[in-house]
Amino acid sequence: MRYGFRWARVAVLMAIVAGLCGRAYGGQQASPPPEPQAQDVAALRATIEQLRQQLDALERKVAALEAATPPAAPAPAPEAPAPAPAPAPQAAAPAEPAVPMPAPQPATAGASGSKVFNPDMAVIGNFVGAAGSNTFDPRPALALDEAEVSLQAIVDPYARADFFLSGSPDGIEVEEGFITFPALPGGLLVKVGKMKAQFGKVNTQHAHVLPWVDEPLPMRNLLGGDEGLNDSGISVSRLIPNKLLFLEATGEVYDGNNGVFASHERSDLTYVGRLHGYRDVSEGSNIDLGTSYAYGHNDAGLHTNTQLFGADATFRYRPLRRAIYQRFLARTELFWSKREMGDLGPRQDAFGAYLTGEYQFARRWIAGARYDWSDRATDASLRDTSGSFLLTYWPSEFSQIRGQYRRTSYAEGVDANEVLFQFLFAIGAHGAHAF
Amino acid sequence: MMRLSTISSALCLLGVLAAARPAAAALTVVTTTSDLAAIVSEVGGDKVSVTALAKGYQDPHFVEAKPSFVLVLNKAQLLVVVGRELEIAWLPPLITQSRNPRVQPGAAGYLDASQQVRILDTPTGPVTRAEGDVHPEGNPHYWLDPENGGRIAASVAAKLSELDAANAAVYAQRLADFQKRLAAAVQRWKGQLAPYKGLKVITYHRSWTNFADAFGLSVIGYVEPKPGIPPTPQHTLDVMNAMKAQQVHIIIVDPYFDLKTPNSIAANTGGKVLVLPPSVGGVPQAADYFKLFDYNVGLLLAAIKETAAK
Repeated sequence: MRYGFRWARVAVLMAIVAGLCGRAYGGQQASPPPEPQAQDVAALRATIEQLRQQLDALERKVAALEAATPPAAPAPAPEAPAPAPAPAPQAAAPAEPAVPMPAPQPATAGASGSKVFNPDMAVIGNFVGAAGSNTFDPRPALALDEAEVSLQAIVDPYARADFFLSGSPDGIEVEEGFITFPALPGGLLVKVGKMKAQFGKVNTQHAHVLPWVDEPLPMRNLLGGDEGLNDSGISVSRLIPNKLLFLEATGEVYDGNNGVFASHERSDLTYVGRLHGYRDVSEGSNIDLGTSYAYGHNDAGLHTNTQLFGADATFRYRPLRRAIYQRFLARTELFWSKREMGDLGPRQDAFGAYLTGEYQFARRWIAGARYDWSDRATDASLRDTSGSFLLTYWPSEFSQIRGQYRRTSYAEGVDANEVLFQFLFAIGAHGAHAF
Repeated sequence: MMRLSTISSALCLLGVLAAARPAAAALTVVTTTSDLAAIVSEVGGDKVSVTALAKGYQDPHFVEAKPSFVLVLNKAQLLVVVGRELEIAWLPPLITQSRNPRVQPGAAGYLDASQQVRILDTPTGPVTRAEGDVHPEGNPHYWLDPENGGRIAASVAAKLSELDAANAAVYAQRLADFQKRLAAAVQRWKGQLAPYKGLKVITYHRSWTNFADAFGLSVIGYVEPKPGIPPTPQHTLDVMNAMKAQQVHIIIVDPYFDLKTPNSIAANTGGKVLVLPPSVGGVPQAADYFKLFDYNVGLLLAAIKETAAK
């Protein structure tokens, strides 16, 4: 039965093939005998040449038209060049549109059709000025510290992507660029790309969402400055279900060349781990706790490594009925750095921390203070200490003006008294608020 | 062989149990606002369990993306959002962190409730933030038109039936019942306010556009000079002058806005500040979608009578 069926199919197929061949063959036979070949070829060449000339003429015309008409005007029909020459070979150069084209779509409609898939785009300017004296670590008096371009969109049903390009006086670089898979089995959230490592709080935040103009001293002394731990790698995190609180564990692997880490060979990777807990105390207040760990090779020698330990605690208060007028946040972060020094000396165990508080007392005003201190990673006997007062004014969600008075005592015995001020301004897509 | 069959039958049993559990339990629905939650429970009844992220007395633009919401979203089988960029500042990161494939935008368990409703204030020309925090996709406070409530319910019923086909008949029946009761209530509310058609009012934010449209009120100005921009002295003066010139007595304020400026406008113009909850749960009396309008219409009527008596 089955064989019969198959054979029948083959037979039908063969019949079709035979039929097709026959038709093609027959067609050839039906055409006039191919004797005046040379003439035909010459005629064809002539026709092709003629067509080519017509095409060139048309192209020139189109170019002239395009140059002449302002781009905003609805595209005139002859702008569609391709189909015109074939059907109207007789008509000479001034080829009017032989067939009226279907009414052209308004330029905007076509454009928005392609724009639909453009990523959400925003640009954030971070302008910083400094006054007062600082002979140890001076900032420019006025500088556009950073122009950050963010491009964010959903990639496909399985992923979204975020790019943050940062332009600063040092040049343009990819601050972050990663893909996130939010819909994986097993409750995993995976990020792949260049990104800020999940180490503590400040390290994960972009400069424009920090509550201060500058970064606290431990970031500079122990985590490698402005950049912090920001590298190419893979991040996997998972919620740990329990009845008590939000608990999230994150494990990350990085290439190993960032901030305080230096990779000498391919296997010198950096590893970061974080455990983050959160619990609502009341509907308007909550507590946020975290511990972090990082391990990687450093640049003191070929086989020396650095270990970083971090702990952070945050208390937030924001009454829901008055959420746009009042809020309070207190935060502390502690950092320990154990840096092997190889031939340069004994391991350096450095400690740094900051304590900060901010209070929004009116719809547009926030006052804050910070106390921070840190040993130096390469020489733990040197400790810098700093204290700041801040005042921030929000004209709208998209701009803010901030002043910071900062007094810093550097380990070398240099004292600096400075006033920093900052203008932050954002255009483009409405980004999510930092929490 | 014997053992294999035991294992396979055990696996089968497990599979049956796993499959049976969600069907027996209520569908877990999360909504961004309390109004959507109220409508979902009207349609879903005891076949669903609903949680709203924002409270009714909270400004829905400025909800915080708390990790505790991640836990709620993690277990959701359906997420219903207001849309029109109302939640843009806080919902997207929560959805990403939820680790829940069911409620990602575009997935079956994600419902934008604004798809079938009547949207007002859709900008026609170019939009810039010189006009404040404008919503380019139209006014997102559309649930304050009760007829939109019926349309939201229809979308919700369709989605619930899609996710839980076994109870489709229940949802269809509950939807019909809700729409019938709503139609009667709308008629009642409109009847109560009919004598005051065209009544001029001031509102704090552009959150009452749909409400005014539904009940024939005319909003002649806002306490905010532009959406999301706090009151300025000059604009406040303009509002007072407009109120005096046009005999306007009522200022409608959402409960999460500061009353200082509205009170001083009222004191200067002989008007009355009316704190109306824009959402279910905004005040304890507005416990469901019907009571929200009962409460607001009642307060509005009382205020009209009071200011007319002056």
